[in-house]
Amino acid sequence: MSSATSGETSSTTRVPEDHDSSPWFLPLVFVGGFLFGIGLAVSQMARPEVVLSFFQFADFGLVFVMGGAAAVVSGIFFVASASGRSAPLSGRRYTRRLKSMDKDVMLGGGIFGVGWGLSGICPGAAYASLGIGNVVILYGVAGMFVGAYLQGYLREARTKSTATQPAD
Amino acid sequence: MTFTTVLLTELLFPNGISHYLLGGILIGLGTAVIYLGTGIHAGASTFLETTLSYGSKLSRFQQPKFIASRDWRVVFTAGIIAGAAAYSIVLGDFGWTTEVQPSRLFFGGILIGIGTRLGKGCTSGHGVCGVGSGSKTSIVNVALFMLVAIGVAQLVMAFGVTP
Repeated sequence: MSSATSGETSSTTRVPEDHDSSPWFLPLVFVGGFLFGIGLAVSQMARPEVVLSFFQFADFGLVFVMGGAAAVVSGIFFVASASGRSAPLSGRRYTRRLKSMDKDVMLGGGIFGVGWGLSGICPGAAYASLGIGNVVILYGVAGMFVGAYLQGYLREARTKSTATQPAD
Repeated sequence: MTFTTVLLTELLFPNGISHYLLGGILIGLGTAVIYLGTGIHAGASTFLETTLSYGSKLSRFQQPKFIASRDWRVVFTAGIIAGAAAYSIVLGDFGWTTEVQPSRLFFGGILIGIGTRLGKGCTSGHGVCGVGSGSKTSIVNVALFMLVAIGVAQLVMAFGVTP
């Protein structure tokens, strides 16, 4: 946690980044992502057809994918956050993922549901789908970026019209 | 009794359950590795916005926590792609492509991009990390997007669109 980097390399001010805390940060994230990607390929969730067959009640196996993942994570999150310790590569306290409820959570969940039901893809599964060589998925990934940009643009317009205070 | 159980299992899970469960456990382990090392609850959809920060000046994308996490989120996504690629190459089925129409992928993708970011998470952020945390917000969000997805997919099927 000792960050004695007061302008030792360059004079340009740079926003501190999460991975500055350790040289092992990025390699570890890659390993985690790698396991995550294998999981999406093994479970066949990287194939939109399999996800759609779950939604169409032809194969309920998908409950074991999210259920299995959530069960593993649940055990680790609860034990680690109860320990009161901090993560070695960042010094961050172990916590549970608790987000506040508001209208956007409901609206967003509904919109995401329509998109997921229409296409059979979700963000993680789409990246993994690209990994298994399904290049057609790039239409979906491109759409996700367009959607993410659109909501950012609209939300920025919304905050600007409601609050006229300068940002900083 | 056991015969009925077998029948029911085959009806609900025509392709078995073991690869689903194994895949789920691996997804959980990947999330756990990142969490134990860094304390971060990694979700897949934030990558969409943080990556936009490289090219867009919108202050929504330029917020410090997005700039701070955008590099490792690129690495996380690269890891997901590489892991899935490695598995499919080892198995010899690399190059499988979907029959789902590009228009469905694209318009579905737009709604996914809007909905996951507005709703503070996706299948991994809310579905795995949030549900795994026992978060009420996540459980409600997941129940909602699951039910809506089932309804929409059933509707698509009813209109005779396949797959």
